[in-house]
Amino acid sequence: MERVKGVWVFAEQENGHLHDVGLELLSKGRKLAANLNAPLSAVLLGCNVGHLVPKLYAFGADTVFLADSERLEHYLTLPYATTIIRLVREHEPEVVLFGATSIGRDLAPRVASNTRSGLTADCTDLQITDVTHRGKLHHNLLLQIRPAFGGNIVATIISPESKTQMATVREGVMRMEKPDAARTGKTIEVRPVLSEKDLAVELLERFKAKPKVNLKAADIIVSGGFGVGKKDNFKLLEELAAVLGGEVAGSRAAVDAGFTERERQVGQTGVTVRPRLYIACGISGAIQHRAGMSESKKIIAINKDPKAPIFDIAHYGIVGDVTEVIPRLIAAYRELSK
Amino acid sequence: MPVNCVVCVKQVPDTSNISGQVMKPDGTVNRAKLPTVFNPDDLVALELALRVKDLYGGKVTVITMGPPPAAEVLRQALWMGADEVALISDRRFAGADTLATSYALAMAIKNKCNADIVFCGRQAIDGDTAQVGPQLAEKLDIPQVTYTEEIEWVGNGTMVARRKIDDGFERVRAKLPVLVTVYGDAATPRPFNAKLIMEKKRARSQFELERLSEDNPFYYYYNDVDALEKKGLLIKTWSIEDIAADEEKCGLKGSPTQVFKVENVVLTSPDRKRYEPTKGDIERLIGELIADHIFG
Repeated sequence: MERVKGVWVFAEQENGHLHDVGLELLSKGRKLAANLNAPLSAVLLGCNVGHLVPKLYAFGADTVFLADSERLEHYLTLPYATTIIRLVREHEPEVVLFGATSIGRDLAPRVASNTRSGLTADCTDLQITDVTHRGKLHHNLLLQIRPAFGGNIVATIISPESKTQMATVREGVMRMEKPDAARTGKTIEVRPVLSEKDLAVELLERFKAKPKVNLKAADIIVSGGFGVGKKDNFKLLEELAAVLGGEVAGSRAAVDAGFTERERQVGQTGVTVRPRLYIACGISGAIQHRAGMSESKKIIAINKDPKAPIFDIAHYGIVGDVTEVIPRLIAAYRELSK
Repeated sequence: MPVNCVVCVKQVPDTSNISGQVMKPDGTVNRAKLPTVFNPDDLVALELALRVKDLYGGKVTVITMGPPPAAEVLRQALWMGADEVALISDRRFAGADTLATSYALAMAIKNKCNADIVFCGRQAIDGDTAQVGPQLAEKLDIPQVTYTEEIEWVGNGTMVARRKIDDGFERVRAKLPVLVTVYGDAATPRPFNAKLIMEKKRARSQFELERLSEDNPFYYYYNDVDALEKKGLLIKTWSIEDIAADEEKCGLKGSPTQVFKVENVVLTSPDRKRYEPTKGDIERLIGELIADHIFG
């Protein structure tokens, strides 16, 4: 059989619904594949999920690897990993991208470890380019770009000796392009070959609540950082969000301090948002946080420290104490929106 | 049935405290310049392992790969109740990425430990990749349960665990041996035990004993190695040869990912407007936003 190289995207689905991050990665993958002058493929695993294939074509896939089996109905590490490892070994694609979801972060390292592929987590940008590294020229390498280490540092990672270069990307980081319903492609059916060992983990029970928050869909986000000071002060942010019809979010420091829930974390290791208005309260603006919100249409920064880096990307800056400024914002909005 | 647990831990730089000065030109971190801590998720992993031991008996072995100062987290592990600890340390491990790290840990576990359950923290705060656990499970060719919140039951060569998923949880039954990665919010790590601190405060690694002998030419450290080992106070040190690892798969050489470049970010600031935290200024700001239809 002819090998399908190029760029692959793991098209994560749950209960027959495609996860947005896979479609976002196909949109990005389209560009990377064009740079490589190679095809773009989606890898779809599940049970009775064939109806999702046209959508994957519409978002840019030339080829869909479809493994449809009862054994793959619910995500379990080993059956999924074994199936994908076989495909990667057989076709040796140049690039494989996974969403950095709880599934993608469970699966990708397993596949990378088996195939000895370089894997970079939580990339915020991906590019294809020729690279000279340690005196050696490499053609068409995948640049895996991610913020690193606290401060204002962005690292570019490469895997020059890997047959396959792998990366995970958080939901919302790549932009989803408009689908083209007229696009079509080729489906390659894959029969999962599983051994007894692949069935070593059995799912006993699964509870999934409706997501409490959908930050990605919010037009207005009121976000707090460590500078908010204490959990009690977060009530002010909730009040402001309620008045403006927005959602409350937090920086990692605020989440780690217990001011708000992990589901509400904005940033490299949380959610990436692009709301119409982002109000950053007591957030210093480390690069990991900015990675998750810098594309907001308008940014208001409120911080006591006039030197906080958040002011450098904010459209409107207020140097002041969050507990004094927010009540004034609420009062002013109530007054002026009458 | 006693259950043997191996816990992989990491000494990490305190990432709340990092500036550009600690990056070396090759893009790796100059760890010598940073304060270090016991990686928070790994402390919780150790806690879950100790709970398994409290319930079922067996042994808790804590291993770490790192430079000589990483012995400190192993001492702390002893103070929490670990039975045995070992430091996987060798200059040739330097520069390892997650794959090379998981390879070295796998060789150590395969050749030196007897593990029913291997515990890892979900992720380390210096990289946040959450990759080493699953990569290690693959190298050991055993199943994995990531984001574990609780080990509910162990018996009959299986384990039942609850794991966190987005907006919910799963309960799974896994055959042993198995690797779990532990979610940092799963439990509160027990404090150091005062009695254990007294007993084990003199625990030393071979590196630390060598340092003593360098400082004092009359000090013959082999005597102490034997004496400490008899008292269970020797922090064993394993080299590449000790764990029978292939040098080509270790350290920078064995790492498929490499840092190509590191940049300081230059911010491109938009048209910035400053407002004072006064009533008048804030009303002006809100007025502008309303005029721009920002509120919808």
